[in-house]
Amino acid sequence: MGPLTRLMLQDRGGIVFLSLLLILAIAVPVLNLAVPESSSWHMPTYTLTLWGKYLCYALLALSVDLIWGFCGILSLGHGAFFALGGYAMGMYLMRQIGPRGVYGNPELPDFMVFLNWSELPWYWLGFDMFWFAMLMVILAPGVLAFVFGWFAFRSRVTGVYFSIITQALTFALMLAFFRNEMGFGGNNGLTDFKDLLGYDLQADSTRVALFMFSALALALGYLACRFIVSSKLGRVLIAIRDTEERTRFVGYKVESYKVALFTFSAVLAGIAGALYVPQVGIINPGEFAPLNSIEVVVWVAVGGRGTLYGAAAGAVLVNYAKTYLTGAFPELWLYGLGALFVLVTLLLPQGLAGLFRLLRRREA
Amino acid sequence: MIWERDQTFSFVTPSSSSTDDPKPGGLFQTPLIRRDRVFDFMQRFPMQATEVDISHKTILYVEGVTISFDGFKALNDLNLYIDDGELRCIIGPNGAGKSTMMDVITGRLQPDTGMAYFGQRMNLLEKTEAEISTAGIGRKFQQPTVFENLTVYENLELAMAANKAVWPTLLARLNGEQRDRVDEVFEIIGLTEERDRLAGVLSHGQKQWLEIGMLLMQNPRLLLVDEPVAGMTPQETERTAELLTGLAGQHSVVVVEHDMAFVRSIARKVTVLHEGSVLAEGTMDAIQSDPKVIEVYLGEH
Repeated sequence: MGPLTRLMLQDRGGIVFLSLLLILAIAVPVLNLAVPESSSWHMPTYTLTLWGKYLCYALLALSVDLIWGFCGILSLGHGAFFALGGYAMGMYLMRQIGPRGVYGNPELPDFMVFLNWSELPWYWLGFDMFWFAMLMVILAPGVLAFVFGWFAFRSRVTGVYFSIITQALTFALMLAFFRNEMGFGGNNGLTDFKDLLGYDLQADSTRVALFMFSALALALGYLACRFIVSSKLGRVLIAIRDTEERTRFVGYKVESYKVALFTFSAVLAGIAGALYVPQVGIINPGEFAPLNSIEVVVWVAVGGRGTLYGAAAGAVLVNYAKTYLTGAFPELWLYGLGALFVLVTLLLPQGLAGLFRLLRRREA
Repeated sequence: MIWERDQTFSFVTPSSSSTDDPKPGGLFQTPLIRRDRVFDFMQRFPMQATEVDISHKTILYVEGVTISFDGFKALNDLNLYIDDGELRCIIGPNGAGKSTMMDVITGRLQPDTGMAYFGQRMNLLEKTEAEISTAGIGRKFQQPTVFENLTVYENLELAMAANKAVWPTLLARLNGEQRDRVDEVFEIIGLTEERDRLAGVLSHGQKQWLEIGMLLMQNPRLLLVDEPVAGMTPQETERTAELLTGLAGQHSVVVVEHDMAFVRSIARKVTVLHEGSVLAEGTMDAIQSDPKVIEVYLGEH
């Protein structure tokens, strides 16, 4: 545990965050599986899945905070990487349906039968194998981010211009995935999933397992990000964020750093998407919507940019509020989100994490 | 004719062609006529000196450099040679092209014509800023730009000469030797007590010294220092003069400065720039009695 201790030593917020995550990862399954349904302590599977979803969002927020908070790269298109990871998982789940589809075709997913396609497109090959699909969960967002980042950063596209082209990227992907000819189910997307590795997706135990995997992925993702930002590389990133030109003169190839970080961040987002899809049971082009990616940035800003744990906490809190408010006051939700962003920007430039830090300093 | 040319390409080896050039100017001026050498792009290993070749005791060649912005010639056929280990001061009125010259040397600007070589063999115009910095040219900007959100120690750590690729940087840990080097530089720049403070809270003078320290961490052969004493108190100026004269010898130092008293206190050789080219060059006394210089520069004061 030597390296881990060193990693967490300076990071009290992170210790609190990981402890809470551990408690959540133990308590939620217990409340769901061990507590009888008649008890008021019982947690319905619906709520459990909701929390699993929040944890996936938290991982997505983490990936955005890593590049935005520490390297100043504001991506307004990270939802695209999340959705690509989700689609890779969705394609595996579609192939697992086999002959249980409405049309009973053992080879082709329902929407292809509906489109009168006679055989599987080449890019669907291999997705019946879990390992291949998992590889694609990493490669699809990773390669796209690498190529996109390579062109953008090499041309020294920075700041707001970079943000705008990431918006364009996710928008273009949304339009592409809406098309039936693309072979990804058009505007219905991929759904009607039955099982994952042979486990029934509707079963409580599978839901609990997915929840725990989400918590694990979030914890590992946090540690990986923490490892990066507390290394010498992390200090180079801060240098790039603050004075990019100067960093270049000190001898660092800023472009390589940005491409590497952006790619890693996209992979994290892809993993989050892959865990998200089996829990919500559907992936469609709506996930590519530009607004989604902007919302992620709001979560990070609310939680506290540049703290990692703040971003994750922000994602959970804002989405919890969203679940509640869209139920209680559906037409007010968007105003609430907007007001939240404005208030946080004006009053809490360092987000909720900054508020806690301030309070602790007052006490001391 | 064609056959002859082909033969030239195939039989001359890169090693024999790269050493026979007394001055790199020949490469640019007569590449098509000369048969005894190959084009750079034909060579499997283009002339890429890992070590700076200073066999002719000159570390920097700038020849015939012209660069214009919208018709205004910021540099006009500029020629400048810096010897190894020399401390050179460059003075000149505003707009004389001092900063533009530094931009060309550090790879920030491409000149319209001319050449710039580091040692005998390294063509600076083909390199990126990062490559030039790694090769051994360090630059200190006019405005002190240190990494304000990092500590003084971390600033020096980042500046240290090391493998600066992404993966080695992720796994980098300082070894004993490197830590000694950091301590050594802390001694030179006199900021040992500020070690763990954020660089952003340092005073103006301290930031300037930290920046010089950052340059030293890169083990540069050549230091370009842009107005090091602007905004400094007399005591700070004096310390800076000591610092820079102490560095000459192990490093070549080029100082651009407006403060004439400061230049006088450190300079052995002074170059006066005017309207993008060299007006005069020599000792401070010779410069100050030069009528051309008095007219355009000193006369104004």
